[in-house]
Amino acid sequence: MADGILVKDLNAWFGDHHVLHDIGIAMAPKAVTALIGPSGCGKSTFIRCLNRMHEVVPGARVTGGVRVEGQDVYAPGVDPVQIRRKIGMVFQKPNPFPTMSVFDNVVVGLRLGGMRERAVLHEAAERALRQAALWDEVKDALGKSGVSLSGGQQQRLCIARALAVEPEVLLMDEPCSALDPIATAKIEELILELRSTLTIVIVTHNMQQAARVSEATGFFLLGELVEFGVTRQLFTNPRDKRTEDYITGRFG
Amino acid sequence: MTPAARRGINIVMSGVAALAAALVVLPLLVIFGFLLWQGASAVNVDFFLHLPKPVGEAGGGMANAIVGTLILVVLAAALGLPLGIFGGLYLAESRDRRLPWLARFVADVLNGVPSIVIGIFAYTVIVLPMKRFSALAGGFALAVIMLPIVVRTSEEMVRLVPSSMREAALALGIPEWKVLLRVVLPTARAGIITGVMVAIARVAGETAPLLFTAFGNRFWHQGLDQPIAALPLQIFAYAIAPYDDWHRQAWAGALTLIGLVFVVSLAARVVTSGRFTGVR
Amino acid sequence: MSVVAIPHTAVRTAPRNLGDRILRGVLRLAALVLVLLVAAIVVEMLCTALPAMHKFGWRFVVTSTWDPVAERFGALPFVYGTVVSSLLALLIAVPLGVGAAIYLAELAPAWIRPPLAFLVELVAAVPSVIYGLWGIFVLAPLLRTWVQPFLGATLGFLPLFQGPPYGVGMLAAGIILAIMVVPFITAVSREVLLAVPNTQREAALALGATRWETTRMAVLRYGRSGLVGAILLGLGRALGETMAVTMVIGNRPEVALSLFAPGYTMASVIANEFTEATSDLYLSALIEIGLLLFVVTVIVNALARLLVWSVGGPVKAIRE
Repeated sequence: MADGILVKDLNAWFGDHHVLHDIGIAMAPKAVTALIGPSGCGKSTFIRCLNRMHEVVPGARVTGGVRVEGQDVYAPGVDPVQIRRKIGMVFQKPNPFPTMSVFDNVVVGLRLGGMRERAVLHEAAERALRQAALWDEVKDALGKSGVSLSGGQQQRLCIARALAVEPEVLLMDEPCSALDPIATAKIEELILELRSTLTIVIVTHNMQQAARVSEATGFFLLGELVEFGVTRQLFTNPRDKRTEDYITGRFG
Repeated sequence: MTPAARRGINIVMSGVAALAAALVVLPLLVIFGFLLWQGASAVNVDFFLHLPKPVGEAGGGMANAIVGTLILVVLAAALGLPLGIFGGLYLAESRDRRLPWLARFVADVLNGVPSIVIGIFAYTVIVLPMKRFSALAGGFALAVIMLPIVVRTSEEMVRLVPSSMREAALALGIPEWKVLLRVVLPTARAGIITGVMVAIARVAGETAPLLFTAFGNRFWHQGLDQPIAALPLQIFAYAIAPYDDWHRQAWAGALTLIGLVFVVSLAARVVTSGRFTGVR
Repeated sequence: MSVVAIPHTAVRTAPRNLGDRILRGVLRLAALVLVLLVAAIVVEMLCTALPAMHKFGWRFVVTSTWDPVAERFGALPFVYGTVVSSLLALLIAVPLGVGAAIYLAELAPAWIRPPLAFLVELVAAVPSVIYGLWGIFVLAPLLRTWVQPFLGATLGFLPLFQGPPYGVGMLAAGIILAIMVVPFITAVSREVLLAVPNTQREAALALGATRWETTRMAVLRYGRSGLVGAILLGLGRALGETMAVTMVIGNRPEVALSLFAPGYTMASVIANEFTEATSDLYLSALIEIGLLLFVVTVIVNALARLLVWSVGGPVKAIRE
């Protein structure tokens, strides 16, 4: 089968700095996969390789193979723009566009993709905002600036923005690290709701979060994937000594 | 030295520095005062609506020069702004090796070139081939003068756009060119507008490069290929002429010009004050 | 589930999208046009100045006969006038500008800094021709009736302050230039001082230094080369300034030691005579003066920017 995310022999560099070593992993479709590890371990770089955002950084380089929902991401002739349309991404810090309203933020992907019809845009905006559990809070303030919302609302706005283009995969790069506990709980609830429709990969430095939201978890250390398996098993009965050290807090 | 003496020196030197600052801005107040005093009496409806009277006759106005300056500034903006903003975007975004360094250096060099030299350049490339002084040549000279200011402020403002904005847009599957034109540039808009206004305020008062390009004209605008009047040129011509009535009008022209320049400068300030308030 | 075969590819970054390529092309073109424009300025001026350079060689800058009728051109009086008026301007402007910058960046109460900095910006925004107008009708009479007689009476034994008080002349040009370049020196010096790292200040303050001692010991020493750069930027402005000087310097092509005497500058002679230059050689001689001015200001500015960058990295595009 070709669904889900398959990665083989993935290596990544920043200039001469080799940051990912021979990563191979198979992530199940319509499920949540969490990636954990100490900061600087390469987990963020890894998910940026999945939608070809890694190469946006000057001097960055990738080798290896990635297949997302049947599509070979790094095949010759593949346009990274098309890949990114299929794979939504949410960043560490909420980053709504400051010059756009809430509404414009949500539909920007569609609009810049060429969609002009207001009815379609409105429908897509409402759907995405509902999916992101933000509709009830902003439906009367769609014209307000996106940055007038609270931090947690901004992050859900960014999720809605990613969902509006109807991606098959959603990558989340520590989406809660800039949020307070209440906002974090809302995002986690949202992840649990979205997983029936999307393949989700979430990077987190919060092990409890990984345990709460994911079916499978991978542990990264120093640019290597040390262990990957069913979440409950990885946290209760890790196979690798280094994983055990990390999850029991005896490590960095 | 005793602590008291050191405190004393501190106070004295603060006072000296404050005095220096006061002396730097004093001419502004003095000159503005004179402009109001001398110019206000000569500013009247005729001044804004009428053409200059022939030599020796009193009255008339500088309406043609005011219109001429506006035309020249619009022409300069039309020629200089697209090039300047795109050039600035290039400097901020390009990963080319040599050209960005060279272009940045050249922009800084151009910024320091005396405006009269730009006038000579416009003369040799436009006036000589056309065999005629023209609004076009004047607008071109002003465009060259505003170019480096627009390039460098645009570059800086585009650089201030957080990379998280670009990444968010790229991750949505928006092609890079649309990201630059539709997300990055609009985010930097307020800052770029400020730079543009600063540049406009600067060129609106330029005189030297217009002397042998726009040349001046006693009549209304007659086409872009014809000599055209400009407020600074008219002020200069009237100031060095031997007629009291013309001196009076020169003051009135100067008051109008400085009003124009200050309004644009203040507007630039207002636009900037709202800059990036939205970005956390 | 096992990892199925995926074609193995190495990837490098390249914009492959047509729109990306078009935009990159357009942006690169804009930068290229900028570079070519400056190259064109150099080439155009060289070509048109060539006849005069050919005819007069080095004598052009060391002889002082300027006779358009006989077609004999020596630019020494203009070079002299430009240099003397600019140096005079710096003599007045440097202490004021640096002092004001110190006040703005280090010593002034916080609430006064933004409005004061804005006023300095406005001083720089006043068009040259308006300074000239004010120079003719206010400054020159003031110098003629009060300042010059006084200087003549007290310091008249110096050759600098001898001769009849015309009002217009080198002294008036120097003063008006000083007023015009001082906001530049202030603004750039201020940015240089603000670029001095705070750790320098805190180190001095922690030793028990007063604000002024901190400024003198830590800030000024650290920013020294940048301040020299700021002064050079002011010099570059003064050398090329045209209108105000033309209106108050008196426009007489003579090398005179007295600051009371009328003079002429390179920029002024271009402004006054360019449209009257009937013969090709005359025009060529004027353009050669422009070329000289161009070369000198480019050197001064390049040096200035290197010095300013040495303190704070490329300081913000310095606004004119």
